[in-house]
Amino acid sequence: MNSKTQNKIAIGGLYGIAGLVVLILLALLGYILVSGVPQLSWHFLTAPGKAFLKGGGVGIQLYNSFYLLILAMLISFPIALGAAIYLYEYAKDNWVTTTIRTAIEILSSLPSVVVGLFGFLFFVVKLHLGFSILSGAFALTFFNLPLLTRSIEDSLRTISDVQREGGLALGLSRWETVTRVILPAAVPSILTGVILSAGRVFGEAAALIYTAGQSAPALDFTDWNPFNISSPLNPMRPAETLAVHIWKINSEGIMPDAKAISSGSSAVLVIAILLFNFAARYLGKRLYKRLTSA
Amino acid sequence: MKTTEQLEAKLKRRSKAAKLEIWGRLISLTALMLIVAVVVAIIGFVASKGIATFTSNHVSLWDFLSGKSWNPGVNGANGKPEVGALPMIVGSFLITILSAIVATPFAIGTAVFMNEISPNKGAKILQPVTELLVGIPSVVYGFIGLSVVVPTTRAIFGGSGFGILSGTCVLFVMILPTVTSMSADALRAVPRYYREASLALGATQWQTIYKVVLRAATPGLMTAVVFGMARAFGEALAVQMVIGNAALMPNSLVSPSATLTSVLTTGIGNTVMGSLQNNALWSLALVLLFMSLVFNLIIRLIGRKGRLQ
Repeated sequence: MNSKTQNKIAIGGLYGIAGLVVLILLALLGYILVSGVPQLSWHFLTAPGKAFLKGGGVGIQLYNSFYLLILAMLISFPIALGAAIYLYEYAKDNWVTTTIRTAIEILSSLPSVVVGLFGFLFFVVKLHLGFSILSGAFALTFFNLPLLTRSIEDSLRTISDVQREGGLALGLSRWETVTRVILPAAVPSILTGVILSAGRVFGEAAALIYTAGQSAPALDFTDWNPFNISSPLNPMRPAETLAVHIWKINSEGIMPDAKAISSGSSAVLVIAILLFNFAARYLGKRLYKRLTSA
Repeated sequence: MKTTEQLEAKLKRRSKAAKLEIWGRLISLTALMLIVAVVVAIIGFVASKGIATFTSNHVSLWDFLSGKSWNPGVNGANGKPEVGALPMIVGSFLITILSAIVATPFAIGTAVFMNEISPNKGAKILQPVTELLVGIPSVVYGFIGLSVVVPTTRAIFGGSGFGILSGTCVLFVMILPTVTSMSADALRAVPRYYREASLALGATQWQTIYKVVLRAATPGLMTAVVFGMARAFGEALAVQMVIGNAALMPNSLVSPSATLTSVLTTGIGNTVMGSLQNNALWSLALVLLFMSLVFNLIIRLIGRKGRLQ
């Protein structure tokens, strides 16, 4: 066989593999959307779930997912921002920094179930927070911190050193240079990173089943006093999220329409992730244009 | 005299900007240290709980790693509790290695296609689709496995359909996007002039890909595969939903079995803190943690070797 026919066969094979992969991936997306979208209705998205009967919705779980996401982001963003600023703007290139970077890498590669178990041990049991939104938010924070820190550091790296020298030459301190010059310029890519990590947090389940719990008590959406147990804002109540709900009803659910509910919930999750992705791209571009007048 | 003293004091006092600088530095350092503390705390807590099986329940490490029957509530024939974790360890490794073997050719083939053969289609279709699929939650993969893969295996091979084969299928699709996009990054990092030089020597496109580009990108590709394996090894819910959850030595690919993560997710809520049953589960978590550190080390070694070349 000469090299030309070999070349043709190999290229053909690669076309085949790529085609097959596209087919698998599209079939996956297609299956989720085709089986899930018909289940979606206003009732499904807002009604509370029913344990034994047909026709329950995922309203509470959906709300819990967003509430947990916002809390986790509020806790993890400042920490990740501070850590990224120190790592990129201040830290010297020595063994201490290398060790810290390794630690962050280890945290990002830990299986999320281990992070969840640690959350269970530390927050739920040791600190007596119980299965609560707060425990869940802390577990999600741990899960999210290394990714967010890395993405913010990458954003800082894209800002050219000319900007830093400019700030310092004007007599600004390093900290002022970072907060007044570098961060504003990095906002679009930081925002993109934040939204993308929000997508990951939104779908996380393994870290939550033993921290935020697997039950969704009824909520009273007219009561916004965070100290009442049925208030949606109460951070001490157990809160099953949408992703946990899918796992739960598939492993031990007894409602007759468990499959329909899982299909619908999967579609909601995937559509939410899609929206997060598009929002990240769109907002990033839009803000970049506005802030840099490019 | 008074005025010079005042002047001296004024000059020696820290300016507002200098104070702000110290504060900013301190705050950002605190944030960084917090992350390090979290890592140390996780490893410390899980390790201290995990070794309790061996220190306070006096199970020997060898029995734990090589025992084949997992039934922590019951004492075995030798009067010791049955905490043989081998079935789960074998299950985890089997499922990880099999899914990596299946996923690697597909992932690298697709990465080569989108980088070398058809960059246009790659950038327009493949890249956005893989990037999107990286973000799909694992429970969704598990649910699809439960409603598509398990019935299909049942129809073809009989039995319940739950088992290592179904788990492998689910993990294969799950790690495929991750490994593909990391492999594509590795190929992208190969300098353009490598390809130009090879083509100028008269090599065909396939020869260039096979003998030059893939060789140059090997460390990156290996990192991608190990990363996918680490993800497969640590995946909990998607696997738990399709593996069948029977802590037995897997004697075929289609019989129900268990992995470290699946036993952990189903068991930890049903045991009492501090009991042997619970401690044994924490030992499984420790094995999981240890393996994730090992994967991390491998990735690091590959990276170092890649840099030397």
